Amino acid sequence: MDFDLSTEQVALVDGVQSFIEGRFPMATVRDLADEGGVRRDLWRQMADMGVFSLRLSEADGGAELGWADAVLAFEQLGRGLVPGPLVWTHLMAGIVDGAAGGDIIVSGIDRDDPSALVEFPGVVDVVVIADDRGLWSTDASKLEFAVLDPLDPLTPVGRVRGELPEGTQIADADQAKKLRLQGAALTSGLLLGISTASTELAVAYAKDRQQFGRPIGSFQSLKHLMADMFARGEVARGAVYAAGVTLDDPEVGSIERAVASAKLTSAEAALTNGKTCIQVHGGMGYTWEVDAHLYLKRAYALEPAFGTRDDWADAMAGILDTLV
Amino acid sequence: MDLRYSESDETFRAALRQWLAEELPTLSAKPSAHDWAGRRSYDTDWQRRLFEAGYAGISWPTEYGGRGATLVEQLIYLEETTRAGAPYVGVNFVGTLHAGPTIMTEATAEQKAEHLPRILRGDEVWCQGFSEPNAGSDMGSLSCRGVRDGDEYVISGQKTWTSHAQVADWCELLIRTDTDAPKHKGITWIMFPMDTPGIEIREINTIAGTSEFSEVFFDEARVPVAHRVGLENDGWRVAMVTFGFERGTGFVSDLVETDRMISDLVRLARLVTRRSATAWEDVALRREIGHIQAEMDALWAMTKRNLAQAARNGVPGPAGSVMKVVYSELYQRVTDVAMKVLERGGLALENVGEWPSGSFVAERVRSTSFSIAAGTSQIQRNIIAERILGLPRE
Repeated sequence: MDFDLSTEQVALVDGVQSFIEGRFPMATVRDLADEGGVRRDLWRQMADMGVFSLRLSEADGGAELGWADAVLAFEQLGRGLVPGPLVWTHLMAGIVDGAAGGDIIVSGIDRDDPSALVEFPGVVDVVVIADDRGLWSTDASKLEFAVLDPLDPLTPVGRVRGELPEGTQIADADQAKKLRLQGAALTSGLLLGISTASTELAVAYAKDRQQFGRPIGSFQSLKHLMADMFARGEVARGAVYAAGVTLDDPEVGSIERAVASAKLTSAEAALTNGKTCIQVHGGMGYTWEVDAHLYLKRAYALEPAFGTRDDWADAMAGILDTLV
Repeated sequence: MDLRYSESDETFRAALRQWLAEELPTLSAKPSAHDWAGRRSYDTDWQRRLFEAGYAGISWPTEYGGRGATLVEQLIYLEETTRAGAPYVGVNFVGTLHAGPTIMTEATAEQKAEHLPRILRGDEVWCQGFSEPNAGSDMGSLSCRGVRDGDEYVISGQKTWTSHAQVADWCELLIRTDTDAPKHKGITWIMFPMDTPGIEIREINTIAGTSEFSEVFFDEARVPVAHRVGLENDGWRVAMVTFGFERGTGFVSDLVETDRMISDLVRLARLVTRRSATAWEDVALRREIGHIQAEMDALWAMTKRNLAQAARNGVPGPAGSVMKVVYSELYQRVTDVAMKVLERGGLALENVGEWPSGSFVAERVRSTSFSIAAGTSQIQRNIIAERILGLPRE
């Protein structure tokens, strides 16, 4: 057992990090808020790097990597606040034509979601609808959206007008269940990245900002806030990586259990750390210009995806019920 | 990243399980909590059996008589012994996990030969004389005095929170040997025989009604300089050496026990019925228990990550501080939830009717110390903030 990153995984993480630093620096990310969150050329560059095709076979143009690797890549994407329906498009690579190559942008929604909010209504090509019979795809052009002012400026939303169409079935109930677990694992990766970035931002600020003649990071009350940010992130990190490994190697444990732990701890870490990052910034944290709010808002946007914290806590209780 | 156990890991596990299945039924009954002579007997008997079976000093190098187990084997050892309900390390704690490793690293060949085999066999019990009434979190300010007089130190002062002092043979003792030097530079680490004249042991009564800790008063107790480990006034560094040994396995037993406790809590919740529903049918309680288990699973994953990194780097990160802070406070939440399940059943420290409730209530009290002992949560947070995040000292 060696639950640390392999040399290849370290290289993968470095590669994704460099790509994001080059193509998605914070200034670019912030600009995307005025462009519907996604620029097609950047999206295709992500596809070329393999973000969506990572796990596909070489014959299908993929890198034949595993879920553990995908989770690592998504952690960096989350850390870089890269906007877009990354998880749904990745899940649909190999199922919806064009998704893997970055030509078709895919977003998803539960059929019974009372909000009826679809993410990235301005750019999405295919909307996938999930219900307990499976997954159904529909052309986004067939839908009408009432665009609403989004919480996360980088996660634009539109409310579907009228009933959702039935759609064309692309996965049965069992496949849909699997994909939901996989989607939750990838989202956990994004959330872990947000948690880490919030901690990094807070610590950097606290080392720099001076009050009462010294860096505010020297005061215990702030130190303790940030120590907890770090601890929360480390707790989530183990769980998130374990979920990836378990998806690749189901012999080591229950996938549902691993995903429950990953989604719940990473959502807690991202949300709490997002809030705490703003707190550490004091008044400046309340300004649009400081990046802190973007992490918190993204955490809120991702938390309900593929099961809320409560959903996964309930799932875990259900698992305990069968074991005890 | 890989979570599978190797074939040799599984062979180790199987052999250990087999031995435990054969050995544990032959143990005598557990002594009562205040029967210290009985507890010493019980715990050292277990140490002896481990020694005879080749499991003593699981993390000790083989050159000192230990098993020299890999980190994964140590993880397996702790998992299996805890799951099987084997005796806890008990009075062997300081010897096998603290004083022993310090002696291994810092002592002379003679001191090692004198003490290490005896510790491993359960023939020698150690206690720790570090904390003082005025030196808790600020252990460096300790003032228990050791005055050099020829080839002896004359020791006067007071130690507190000394575990198992009542039955210990030796004490790993920190004394102040230079009152003029800066505080961390005037401390000496010495092996103190507990049958030395001039000491008095007073049990501390804890809020849990237990007596495992004592105050120890020294009144001109004399100890040979030959019992000193390391150089005079170099004792602080010697004491810190032990913290360098933590490789991520420190909380494995606790994690196993807590997982078991959560399962027991589910069983308890199914038994407690009020307003014609069981506590387990209460969505809020169920959800909270599920949430806690999700966090426990995360701590297992974190343990395995820490182990892998320690194995690779050889140097323990301050990752131990993260585990300590998170685990201690999570465990307190488990016992809090148990109290919620019990409602007025929590007024008794013993089982109420058919409910196996007593141990949960007792643990609610006992768990209070987890965020205080071995470095308070506040100190741990300082360590994380300063040593991991690099935030400046106050």
